[in-house]
Amino acid sequence: MQLILEKRPQASSLMNFLSPVLAIALTVLMGGLIFAAMGKPPLSALYIYFIDPLTSWWSIEEVLVKAGPLVLIGVGLAVCFKANVWNIGAEGQLTAGALMGAIVPIMLAEWQGPLALLAMLLLGALGGALFAFIPAWLKTRFGVNEILTSLMLVYIAQLLLDWMVRGPWKDPDGYNFPKSVSFDGWHLLPMWGDGRMHLGLVIALVAALVLFWLMRHTLKGFEISVVGSAPKAGAFAGFSQTKMVWFCFAVSGGLAGLAGIIEVAGPIGQLQPHISPNYGFTAIIVAFLGRLNPIGVIFAGILLAISYIGGEGVQIELGVSDKTTQVFQGMLLFFILTCDTLILYRLKWVSSKTKNVSAGETL
Amino acid sequence: MPNKSNNHASLALLQVTEITKKFGDFYANDSINLSIKAGKVHALLGENGAGKSTLVKMMYGALQPSSGSIHWQGKDVSIASPAHARELGIGMVFQHFSLFEALTVAENISLALPVELRQGDLSQRIADLSKDYGLPLNPSALVADLSVGERQRIEIVRCLLQQPKLLIMDEPTAVLTPQEAKALFATLRRLVEEGCAVLYISHRLEEVKQICHDATILRHGKLVAEVDPQKETAATLAQLMVGSSVHQVSRQANDQVGDILLQLCHLNQKASTPFGVDLVDLQLQVKAGEILAVAGVAGNGQGELFAAISGEELSPDQTSIIMFGENCNTLTINQRRCLGAAFVPEERMGHGAVEHLTLTDNILLSRHACNDTNAPLNRGWIGIDRSQLDQLNQTIGLDYDVRKSKEDAVAGSLSGGNLQKFVVGRELNRQPKILVINQPTWGVDAGAAALIRQAVIDLSRQGSAILIISQDLDEIFELADTIAVMSRGQLSPIYPASELSREEIGLMMAGSHEQSTLASGA
Repeated sequence: MQLILEKRPQASSLMNFLSPVLAIALTVLMGGLIFAAMGKPPLSALYIYFIDPLTSWWSIEEVLVKAGPLVLIGVGLAVCFKANVWNIGAEGQLTAGALMGAIVPIMLAEWQGPLALLAMLLLGALGGALFAFIPAWLKTRFGVNEILTSLMLVYIAQLLLDWMVRGPWKDPDGYNFPKSVSFDGWHLLPMWGDGRMHLGLVIALVAALVLFWLMRHTLKGFEISVVGSAPKAGAFAGFSQTKMVWFCFAVSGGLAGLAGIIEVAGPIGQLQPHISPNYGFTAIIVAFLGRLNPIGVIFAGILLAISYIGGEGVQIELGVSDKTTQVFQGMLLFFILTCDTLILYRLKWVSSKTKNVSAGETL
Repeated sequence: MPNKSNNHASLALLQVTEITKKFGDFYANDSINLSIKAGKVHALLGENGAGKSTLVKMMYGALQPSSGSIHWQGKDVSIASPAHARELGIGMVFQHFSLFEALTVAENISLALPVELRQGDLSQRIADLSKDYGLPLNPSALVADLSVGERQRIEIVRCLLQQPKLLIMDEPTAVLTPQEAKALFATLRRLVEEGCAVLYISHRLEEVKQICHDATILRHGKLVAEVDPQKETAATLAQLMVGSSVHQVSRQANDQVGDILLQLCHLNQKASTPFGVDLVDLQLQVKAGEILAVAGVAGNGQGELFAAISGEELSPDQTSIIMFGENCNTLTINQRRCLGAAFVPEERMGHGAVEHLTLTDNILLSRHACNDTNAPLNRGWIGIDRSQLDQLNQTIGLDYDVRKSKEDAVAGSLSGGNLQKFVVGRELNRQPKILVINQPTWGVDAGAAALIRQAVIDLSRQGSAILIISQDLDEIFELADTIAVMSRGQLSPIYPASELSREEIGLMMAGSHEQSTLASGA
């Protein structure tokens, strides 16, 4: 007996809608089992993980602060993935954006005012986009797989940041810590609430709404879905595959870079070796969980932000490893991809007779 | 290598009885009988879509028959898979090879062999066998460095190592130079002398006359004749292949021919993919009010011709594609549309239309850049003009009798014929001055085909220039004012439709007009 995947004649549209819900439910269930296996009370652990972060205004704020970059990067990746362009290196583009944007506060420290802040944000987006153009160029010019190149470039960007804050951009008055000067005045984003909420959240929401409109109502959105799902029909419509690759990397790289500069000009306030708890990678989960729909990405971003805060919660209150967050995020991605696959395909046992046959078949 | 003598030559090696293959309601093969004898080359003839591939796949175990039986060496067998077929002694050389370019000849052969045959000095056996059969091959050569003919030899040697009693060859000369083809024929003769049987699939009639002992001819999934090719002429074979019952159509003479609207001047274009066809010095012209049909068996450059004229594939260095007197080599498909041209590709699903999109979205697909008569559909950030798309969809649906489950259905939910009516209607609705349409009624029901053909004739009589690429001779004679024939990327001169017979077209389809042809060397 052998198990194979067989394409379903018609995918259920209801299940397609419910897939993320199902994936979340399965993650919670499996998470409970894992907590139980670790000898922790599963129900209260799950409460601490998923509910507790929403019970105080302080932690809600913290969830929103984390959701900002996830949504910003996630909507860009949603556009990318919709077009069948696989940018896995948003984390690197985030880093590149942070570096480029930090030129203003570090090298032009005297320049203050709203324009300086605007320049920082624009430079951040530009840095992310330029960094994303490397895999775009390699793909369109040489046909190199963008999954590999964009991923490998993440480590290059992170090492570059590490070198910058230990070398040329190290704060001269920083007691030799690997940090840049602290940004001040107009080099920081306006803050609200208890002091951690910042303009980045608004930017993320605007980006999501703009991309929602673009995808839903404009020719560009139409182009993205046609080129991604039916390349030959795309050529018939006169849409260029090459231009689409550049466009996708520009949008997703630019938004990731913007998220990067927002992080350093917002909650962090300076450059340091680690500026992101893997937002760029987690945003991949956000994009899929949000059904590659910018509005869906907003909700998915909030959920994944809860997983960060909840992870910290269980670490503090129950003393489990901080890797729990990654386990939960990994399970979530696993279940959403599994649900999506099983919506399009069904499992089928095939008899051993046919199995022998197909094992011997090389064609 | 197989049977030492021809003792059993009169007994059938493989006997196919009343075999039928249905795909849904469609009979790909309808009660076909075929008997292959050891020591003979048996030809299987037919136009594309006649059911040759289906039949052969059932013999090779890649498809299972809906009904009927197969006898192998007198025993009733059910061939479960290609592996099973190879065990029985049936080998097949496919038209498209499955080789790893980065591996050597010996490595490629080793990969496809059963374990017991991989033992020992395989390279030496390959070298011996290939030399023995006049198929020179260097076992340590990289496949990437080899010509198409040499790659085919790998596939043949791979089959021969398993000592087949029956070798099936699917259009083997389609990819060969004349010299390579000659060498192949010598090998095949050697094989049959040793008692092996060969089933030879082709539509090149001269070849068939040259090397085949028996011939079975299929048309529309039915067996139409079993003949001795030696006693037939290429013309009579062509007649059997394309159908002798000439479908008479009464069509009004066209005396309203105007200026040349579409012209190709010495169009040369290298294929962009490994299995593509190079276009060689194509010349044609279509006048206003005229329908030119390009006949030919699929895969001889029709797809490439369509891509070149539509602008999906640009050839910017030349001045060979002229529309309305304007050189348009560098123009994109949408710029050509804006000049007044419209295009209908061969594949409705995935090329002409997107399966999971609605009909209105599919209208947008080809009309977003130039929507001749009305306001633009693409209004930038304001969004796409949906209400206009709805109107267009309604009009096209009514004018071209597109039957659908709901007004703005998903393209994938329409039947083949209805989707084709929609795809053609979407373009005709623009009243284009130039229409290029590839296989206008391929695989659609008779009613839809009639509607589409009538609509195309009506458009031409209103003064449009129409180029039809088709392999359906009935359709060509029903529609065309003038005819040219395409084979292996070359185009015959243009003849008035009234001066050509089916037989003459059949001969040209087999390559009689080519400048350096295999057929002429026969």
